[in-house]
Amino acid sequence: MKKEILDLISQNSRIHNSEIAAMTASTEEEVAREIKEMENSKVICGYPTLINWDNTDCEKVTALIEIKVTPQRDMGFNKVAERIYKFEEVESVYLMSGGFDLTVIIEGKSMKEVSRFVTEKLSTLEYVTSTATYFVLKKYKEHGIIMEDEKNKSERMLVTP
Amino acid sequence: MRNPLSSKVTPIKPSGIRKFFDIVSEMDDAISLGVGEPDFDTPWHIREEGIYSLEQGKTFYTSNSGLKPLKQEICNYLDRRFGLKYDYNTEVFVTVGGSEGIDLALRAMLDEGDEVLLPQPSYVSYEPCITLADGVPVIIELKEEDEFKLTKQQLLDAITDKTKILIMPFPNNPTGAIMTAEELKDIAEVCVEKDLYVLSDEIYSELTYKGNHVSIASLPGMRERTIVINGFSKSYAMTGWRLGYVCGPEIIIEQMLKIHQFAIMCAPTNSQYAAVEALRNGDSDVEKMRVSYNQRRNYLMKEFKEMGLDCFEPFGAFYVFPSIKKFGMSSDEFATRLLKEEKLAVVPGTAFGDCGEGFLRISYAYSIDDLKNALVALKRFISRLEVKE
Repeated sequence: MKKEILDLISQNSRIHNSEIAAMTASTEEEVAREIKEMENSKVICGYPTLINWDNTDCEKVTALIEIKVTPQRDMGFNKVAERIYKFEEVESVYLMSGGFDLTVIIEGKSMKEVSRFVTEKLSTLEYVTSTATYFVLKKYKEHGIIMEDEKNKSERMLVTP
Repeated sequence: MRNPLSSKVTPIKPSGIRKFFDIVSEMDDAISLGVGEPDFDTPWHIREEGIYSLEQGKTFYTSNSGLKPLKQEICNYLDRRFGLKYDYNTEVFVTVGGSEGIDLALRAMLDEGDEVLLPQPSYVSYEPCITLADGVPVIIELKEEDEFKLTKQQLLDAITDKTKILIMPFPNNPTGAIMTAEELKDIAEVCVEKDLYVLSDEIYSELTYKGNHVSIASLPGMRERTIVINGFSKSYAMTGWRLGYVCGPEIIIEQMLKIHQFAIMCAPTNSQYAAVEALRNGDSDVEKMRVSYNQRRNYLMKEFKEMGLDCFEPFGAFYVFPSIKKFGMSSDEFATRLLKEEKLAVVPGTAFGDCGEGFLRISYAYSIDDLKNALVALKRFISRLEVKE
């Protein structure tokens, strides 16, 4: 039941509880209770919306930054990550296996703003030994959704046996 | 000039669905719940394998029976899903959709005058295929009160000494009915006792919503008297690839393959390569689609209840079969008016046999949003009708 609810709201977080109830053959109250429970236990952490900013008047730049850090005795990478994810500009932070340590995704209004953040805030942090910044040129697909999906009219015939 | 036509072909009625298709295709903005194929695209990894096979220049015939790796994967699949064991070399071959298998089996097994028991409502091609193979269709009318399952008594009542084949169309198009292992056991016992062969069309076998599908061929004494028809159209959303398969005892398969060899040569090569990928890595796609169909089925059942449309709960395929008897109209009249007044296309139950009178086939191979729109129209239409007791 929980898994089915999660699958449904991960595709459409605005779906009504009554609809989830109908689709899962349960009741609205039951669905509301399950969702509340998952919110409380932080299984559901939020309900953001996927926006294609390219189709608005707002300018947005996304950059992916690879960071190498010197982990600190008694705190490992977590403390360093915390210093980074507390910045509002930071969208996501991941600890990585492989050639570098942290992936940081930044969203800013302009390239200049992002560059300033990297040079002034990130690279100057104690324990950060190097950064490599990559600007995103185009987003094709995010969160499982193709951004510029041309919805072709279905080729299916309207009535078939 | 002499009459150019065969007296066997001309009396066959064209499919009752045709009429609706013709009206609908003249409308620009009709909405439809009348489709008998999945709304999903074929999963990309399967399509990609088909494309790759083209790039590799795999554009030649395969052997008549199909690619060896495909036949092997079919056997693995049938074993792991339904406990059916077949020899890939002698008991299985690949066809152009499930429909070809139906035609071949009937042609390979029937002599003139042999009777074939055909439960209806059921898919439109069994009856003409029986006729074209010189058989005599004997209709068994499935009943709503039996949830459109075949009962032992109905079967016994229909058997004569000319009866040779029983067609088992479950999970069923158009009713969505399924039959459980227990219910099939009753049928199987009669088949063994009366020495009937069974043509089991299991094309919807992956789409059941109350336990796994059971193949009648897996029951005691049935393997040697059953031809299983299955394919990729419904389970992997591959209707346009035209790919199915048949399995059964070697003695029958051998003769069916002979007709296939002369009439068809082989199933499309690229579809066969794609199907290998489907069987090897497609289980999770099937599961995802099944979950989605089930959610829509639940949704429809609840909405029908709320709008006062009577419907038994079907647990298979992607159809529901609501009764419209209380509105005092024929299925055809109801469907025609619904199409004209609300531009909503559904298929009258009579397209699947006379005993479909009083019912509609509604497909849920549509997104929830599409279903929602269609149900608004259906509800509006029903609210204008008078209930006649």
